[in-house]
Amino acid sequence: MARLYGPRGWAAIGLSAAVLFVLFPLANLALPEGNPLHLSAYWVTLAGKIMCYAIVAVAMDLIWGYAGILSLGHGLFFALGGYAMGMHLMREIGREGQYRSDLPDFMVFLDWKTFPWHWWGTEHFWWSALLVVLVPGLLALVFGYFAFRSRIRGVYFSIITQALTFAAMLLFFRNETGFGGNNGFTDFKRILGFTVYTPQTRMALFAITGAMLIGTLLLGRYLVTSRFGRVLEAVRDAEQRIMFCGYNTLYYKLFVWTLSAVICGIAGALYVPQVGIINPSEMSPANSIEIAIWVAVGGRGTLTGAILGAALVNGAKSFFTQAFPEYWLYVLGLLFILVTLFLPHGVMGLLATAGRRKAAS
Amino acid sequence: MMRRLAWLIGAAMLMASAAPVAALDAAVVDRLVFGDGDEKSRAIDALVAEGDPRAERLLQALADENVQTAGQRVLIVNGDAAIDAVTGAAVAPLPADRDDVVVNNRLRRELSAALAAFKLTAPSRDVRLSAARQLADSADAAMLPLIKRALGSEQDVAVRSSLESIAATLELHADDRNVRLAAIRRLGQSSSGNAKTLLLGLLERTPAGTYVETDEEVRSAAQSGLRAVDNRLAWGERVGLLFAGVSLGSILLLAALGLAITYGLMGVINMAHGELIMVGAYATYVVQSFFRSHLPQWFDFYLLLGMPAAFVAAALVGMALERAVIRFLYGRPLETLLATWGISLVLIQAVRSIFGAQNVQVENPAFMSGGIELLANVVLPWNRIVIIFFAAAVLIAMGLLLSRTRLGLFVRGVTQNRAMAACVGVPTRRVDTWAFGLGSGIAGLAGCALSQIGNVGPDLGQSYIVDSFMVVVLGGVGQLAGTVYAAIGLGFANKLLESWSGAVLAKIAVLIFIIVFIQKRPQGLFALKGRAVDA
Repeated sequence: MARLYGPRGWAAIGLSAAVLFVLFPLANLALPEGNPLHLSAYWVTLAGKIMCYAIVAVAMDLIWGYAGILSLGHGLFFALGGYAMGMHLMREIGREGQYRSDLPDFMVFLDWKTFPWHWWGTEHFWWSALLVVLVPGLLALVFGYFAFRSRIRGVYFSIITQALTFAAMLLFFRNETGFGGNNGFTDFKRILGFTVYTPQTRMALFAITGAMLIGTLLLGRYLVTSRFGRVLEAVRDAEQRIMFCGYNTLYYKLFVWTLSAVICGIAGALYVPQVGIINPSEMSPANSIEIAIWVAVGGRGTLTGAILGAALVNGAKSFFTQAFPEYWLYVLGLLFILVTLFLPHGVMGLLATAGRRKAAS
Repeated sequence: MMRRLAWLIGAAMLMASAAPVAALDAAVVDRLVFGDGDEKSRAIDALVAEGDPRAERLLQALADENVQTAGQRVLIVNGDAAIDAVTGAAVAPLPADRDDVVVNNRLRRELSAALAAFKLTAPSRDVRLSAARQLADSADAAMLPLIKRALGSEQDVAVRSSLESIAATLELHADDRNVRLAAIRRLGQSSSGNAKTLLLGLLERTPAGTYVETDEEVRSAAQSGLRAVDNRLAWGERVGLLFAGVSLGSILLLAALGLAITYGLMGVINMAHGELIMVGAYATYVVQSFFRSHLPQWFDFYLLLGMPAAFVAAALVGMALERAVIRFLYGRPLETLLATWGISLVLIQAVRSIFGAQNVQVENPAFMSGGIELLANVVLPWNRIVIIFFAAAVLIAMGLLLSRTRLGLFVRGVTQNRAMAACVGVPTRRVDTWAFGLGSGIAGLAGCALSQIGNVGPDLGQSYIVDSFMVVVLGGVGQLAGTVYAAIGLGFANKLLESWSGAVLAKIAVLIFIIVFIQKRPQGLFALKGRAVDA
């Protein structure tokens, strides 16, 4: 554990944990609403959402920053995890939907009489939780195995991940697929017996997300500081050479790719009860490409940079889409262009350069 | 029914044998006005069978309640003037003692149908068409001779098909079996879906299980006629599918050609390629609006200016992008991907701010509207035919440019081995800019073509970008042949699957196929041979 971070790193993590697990709950639950320091449910949900995105960004940094695999379809795994959890949440609505039936509203609307086969078992939380891990994981395993075995690299790989998520989005938009069509799942009522939209449940979800984020960060740090991480970076920098050194890069790439997909799936599962809706536009190629820009802005190859980038870009998105909505796309587009041109190492790179300059002077 | 038919045939023969009459048959008019309900019906049938325009005038007047009687004379009264219904001569002065002729609902219905039958020979095509449509609901066997006479002289396709359908329906339910057989034979030679429905009607069963059509021979004739029509319809569908596949392939080719050039040259997948297509489409829109407002008499020729405008606009935007952003990311293809995605976002939002978020209207010039009607169910639109030829022309021009010009030589050299080309003196930076401009210009031409067949909006590029990528990935880079085969192949595959399983599943299947294909052959269909060195 000692080699993961130095004393300053651990201090930073401890501080973040304090903010997440002590400050936020106090400000939201303990303080009354009139108090200027009170954090409303809006902020809690927003922070929870951004933390889910940060988890995804860390997963993306693992494969892009450390293994050099740019995936433009990672939103697919995020959405699949979200849908798996969403199925369970739809079951938990019980008979309280519009049509007062055991089936979710959209199925009654389509005149279906029973649940389709893929909904089997989703009334049990543990099975849905298993699906959250298994479905993105298996898909990533199969896809990654065939892709890496054929040595598909670079731009071609990015393009076919984009095609994969695009095809999945088209599939999920259809009503016949049994996932709610273009409306998706919404109107959740309960999770594990607790009502979804009470402040306590929200805070609990928030805390779990925070714990997951810190856990992912530590897991990622453990991986990249080990020998595994060294091989991974070698794959990123000079794959042919490391192959000639005798390493089977397929297993390394496949492992980190599948792990990254599973982490994204879990992040999706945490995202859905907090935001309250999941629909196929989460699988759109545009969403997945945005994940890449979070990591690029924050700084590739540094896990905390990914978290920082996700927080910065999504914070800016929240601000701009409320204050100047017609300018948000300009900002995002310019962010893409400027970061790739002038900030190849992201914000962390800037900070590191500033730190170096200060140390040198 | 039989008696009526016999009566009609008798009346027709009488008419044929008699000398041309100068007036309507007074007896018929008499029965029309003074007879009871059935006699009135028979009189109307007789008048319709003759087809005399004076009879039409009388029937119209009767429907308008302008017919009055003065003793035994039947008058058509128009304000203060009156004419004798039988002779057509004017009657002056107007007799004071006049009675109205009562028209009840049954008579009104029959008058309406009879008048429609008369309108079948009107000079105006629209009148004839609406009359034919009206008759489709209320025709009866008495009108058959008139309909046949109208068919004899009818030229317009739509009116003909309507009349033929009515005639066939009437004949299919005629009492005489030979008439039915003849009608079936005639229907068996048509290729419209209507014929199929009519023939199917003959093979229906009653709720009890027996056939509606009791005659065995008629039934079997109907079945073979049905088979013939089905065959013809199936061929029509096949031709339509073939055309749709070639059309989609030509569009994919236009969209992907520019991308293949830039990717082959610089290893840059340009995510803003779709937006360059959009720029070309909007340039065409601007030219069209200019022509519409300032040069309306030359509107049909706006494409002559629109095509170069689309090419130049997209090429300029592309060259600006290359100079400003892409050349600094040389050697970093993944960053280029992201940077060009950012450019695409900026371009979409810019177009949205300038032209608005709604789709804009681009009209086809007159020579591109409409289509060739091969069969009843297959129409080949002119705009798609023109685009197929246009894509072929662009392809040939591109091939010539790459193989016969200096720029083409440099582009091929830099694609094959950039370092070596630089060493022998090729100005690689300038070639990059020109080639990027060329690829973008072709994207602009694709946009111009797309504006003729689809909607033009800020999101136009987004729908073609994934398809363009698939064509490039499948076809491989370095040779135009790969792009051509991949584009045509994907167009066909898409349309073929679409006819089986619907558009969405077809698209998904094609995407999955490409993903799997790339695993087997990562470099695409046609790849450059030789060493590809990567660090």
